[in-house]
Amino acid sequence: MSRSRARHHLSSPLGVVTVVLLLLLVATAVVAPWLFGDRATQIAGGSLQAGPSAAHPFGTDALGRDVLARTLVATRLSLVLAVLVVGIGVACGLIIGTVPVVLGRRAGRAVVAGLNLMVAFPGLLLALFLAMIFGVGARGAVLSMAIAFAPSFARLTHTTASGVANADYVSAARLLRVPRWRILTRHVVPNISEPLVVNATSQVGAALLSISALSYIGFGVQPPQYDWGRMLADGLPAIYTNPAAALAPSIMIVVAGLAFVLAGELLTQVLGGSQHGHLRMPSLRFPRREPAPAETPPPGDEVLQLERLTVTVPGETAPFAPVVDVSMRLRRGEIVGLVGESGSGKSLTAMAAAQLTSYPNVADADVHRIKGNELRRMRPRDRERLLGTSLAMVFQDPMSSLNPTLKVGRQLAEVAETHERLGRRDAWRRAVDRLSAVLITDPEARAKQYPMAFSGGMRQRASIAMGLMAQPALIVADEPTTALDVTVQKEVLGLLRRISRETDAAVLLISHDIAVVAENASRVLVMYAGRVVEELPVSGLAEAAHPYTRALIASIPDMSTDRSRPLANIPGRPPHASDLPPGCAFAPRCARADDRCRQERPELSDSGGAGAVACWHPLLPVLESEA
Amino acid sequence: MRSSLRTRHPWLVFLIRRLGRFVVSLAVVVTASFAMVHALPGDPVRAALGLMAPPETVAATRERLGLNEPLWRQYLDYLWNLLHLDLGTSLDTQTPVLEKMAQLVPATLQLGLTAFVVCLVVAIPVGLLLGIATRDGRGRGLHFGFGGVTGLALSVPDYLVAVGLVFVFAVSLKALPVAGLSGPESFVLPVTALVVGPVAYLARIVRAETQRVLGEDYIRAARAKRLPARLIYLRHALPNTLTPTLTVSGMILASMVAGTVLVENVFAWPGVGAELVHSVLAKDYPVVQAVALFFGAGILLINLAVDIVIAVIDPRSTIKES
Repeated sequence: MSRSRARHHLSSPLGVVTVVLLLLLVATAVVAPWLFGDRATQIAGGSLQAGPSAAHPFGTDALGRDVLARTLVATRLSLVLAVLVVGIGVACGLIIGTVPVVLGRRAGRAVVAGLNLMVAFPGLLLALFLAMIFGVGARGAVLSMAIAFAPSFARLTHTTASGVANADYVSAARLLRVPRWRILTRHVVPNISEPLVVNATSQVGAALLSISALSYIGFGVQPPQYDWGRMLADGLPAIYTNPAAALAPSIMIVVAGLAFVLAGELLTQVLGGSQHGHLRMPSLRFPRREPAPAETPPPGDEVLQLERLTVTVPGETAPFAPVVDVSMRLRRGEIVGLVGESGSGKSLTAMAAAQLTSYPNVADADVHRIKGNELRRMRPRDRERLLGTSLAMVFQDPMSSLNPTLKVGRQLAEVAETHERLGRRDAWRRAVDRLSAVLITDPEARAKQYPMAFSGGMRQRASIAMGLMAQPALIVADEPTTALDVTVQKEVLGLLRRISRETDAAVLLISHDIAVVAENASRVLVMYAGRVVEELPVSGLAEAAHPYTRALIASIPDMSTDRSRPLANIPGRPPHASDLPPGCAFAPRCARADDRCRQERPELSDSGGAGAVACWHPLLPVLESEA
Repeated sequence: MRSSLRTRHPWLVFLIRRLGRFVVSLAVVVTASFAMVHALPGDPVRAALGLMAPPETVAATRERLGLNEPLWRQYLDYLWNLLHLDLGTSLDTQTPVLEKMAQLVPATLQLGLTAFVVCLVVAIPVGLLLGIATRDGRGRGLHFGFGGVTGLALSVPDYLVAVGLVFVFAVSLKALPVAGLSGPESFVLPVTALVVGPVAYLARIVRAETQRVLGEDYIRAARAKRLPARLIYLRHALPNTLTPTLTVSGMILASMVAGTVLVENVFAWPGVGAELVHSVLAKDYPVVQAVALFFGAGILLINLAVDIVIAVIDPRSTIKES
């Protein structure tokens, strides 16, 4: 724990309130009996259960004693009892909770089972019955509450301690034959004290509430002694004549309880160091660009047209854009790969292309057309229907992208029910049909199963089938095979290729693996630090113009790679999107970079061949082969 | 063999294990209720009847309660009587304890179950709506407001909520009855006092769970299917929040049982909780034993029911248990 962090938390509003409250309580507990002790027991003649007056701001009780003075004086006894409860409870809990660690496995298990049973019963209820054994009175109440409170503390101790007991340094101590009790005091206790201290602190608040409850129902402090609970019991019957006599101790119980709960929270923050990094949100009133006029009708076979897409996300000092000016066009039946390292913005691009950018991120583009329809000019309902029927998404992790509580068939069928108003039975039939189309054997039985019963590859095929429920014109596949085994990868990619061929759907295939893209796509977009740096046909990959694309290709091992040499990799790391250099983002890692690269950013322009490149010093295939 | 039984009939294995645990726990509760009286220091009968009671009466009562028998014999008799629903006679009123309980239990059950239903009906929709409204860090003001309000509600114990309610509605506004079980309106204040804390707690859990679930990949997938918001939240998100919600609900129901004791006392509710306080103070041991059995068995039953319901809606949990 660093000192400055403690100071930071203590000077926060929560910290100030907590510390002030605790100081006030402790000061009252120390000083009040000394200052007001006489006044609290002095019987004011003739004014029993009187309402508030100048002499008695909170009125008097049934014997005519000043309620305010009594409330203040009662602070000491109330706090002392609560602290005693926690002290005794913690001591018992600590012993019971660490015993299973020291004892053998079997005895330990019995203790834990007993604890689990005890914890099922609310502490206050246990205390009520224990109070009968220990007898009514302050001592009996403290003992009953402490014993009732011990099991939950023991369990907390046990769970934290068994975490530590399995740690390597404890195993090492065991191997060295350090005695068990020594392991406990040397290794276990010091390492579990933090969570226990935090818990004990907030439990003082809970103990205060419970012990006051016991006093209130007559099990706790007995007259002539009084704590807040006792005062409440005396004041409540007179609530019609002098409400303050019941309300004053009630308010003190709540405030004191709150003070200790807050103290526990504050300790958690100071010890655990929760940092509330405040992010600057991109404004939703972003100067949004107007959709470009629709007068240029796109070619009929273009399913996705995206011009100058920018995605803005919150940042610590200011919002920043991990995706800038990305443009792409996909035609029917075409598979286009989008490649880049993690953090290059390719997944954000994919989500934005599918209109799935979620708060607090903001996506904006000059043109965003699906099947020729400018999405931002459409009514929301029509847009949802268009996207629901003609766009399909395949996500990276098939284990988590199917809903575990719904049958697989249901998750497919609902697409047709929602967008084509198909009846339940027809939708289900289509779901079974689509499952068989992605080569799931026994689709009728499989449709009735939950995703839990599916393997990873089957789940990914089921997700693809989900996209096939309508007539997809565009499939956005975001790392569809990264989470799968190599053999299953081939199968899933083959399925995507087949679907694209048979249904004429375009596929935007996002991958960090240029080999996957090279094998499956016809065209490649290479992204670096949020921008497309090169666009080229797969056939031209070997003669890529951008040094980064070349480096990516060089990093693929193949059968001819010399295995005695280390694999080629790209030195350095990609820059963070919130901190981009002024010039070409790849310049710091590029062997060909010069001053111009570092000062001025190259725009994407025709590379002379079939593609486009953003580089001041592109590798020219002819020159390279001559060199 | 065992493992094959486990894989073929996870349900059967789950039920056997869970019921076994229930029976063992129940045996512990019964034994504890028996041991409670014998753990008392001194002579319980003398304590109950008072120092002024004539020695013959004490001796006769000891004889009647079987306290002169050896301990194992008393234990067996206790079990035997329990099986025959004989809970003994109250030392205070000399009436059969079973009769007494038969009058008190319905009042407590009405109060507790009404409070539980109200708690679920309020907390789950509130938690769900707030989880939706504050997803992905939206609505920071709402987020802090909710945290503050529920934090406050959690830090005021039920009996003090009851005191506050009595003051506001019965003393200041004179709008609602403060004591006793008379009609539907007499439920308003006790039920409110019981649910304030549990509603805040459960709503927090439901909201946190909703936020967690809304961040899951399958919700993104459901959005990608362009399902209407209603389906995304009710069909895809809600069922996934149910398991933790139910677990917490069981804990809440158990803690409400303890809450009834205090709240019944504030509102002079003719139930088991108020009787418990009275019989402990009067040292009426047979009644205290019966109340202990009622609360103990009740809480064990609640936990059993929760585990079985969770197993039904979330089949994965049966595997965990077995």
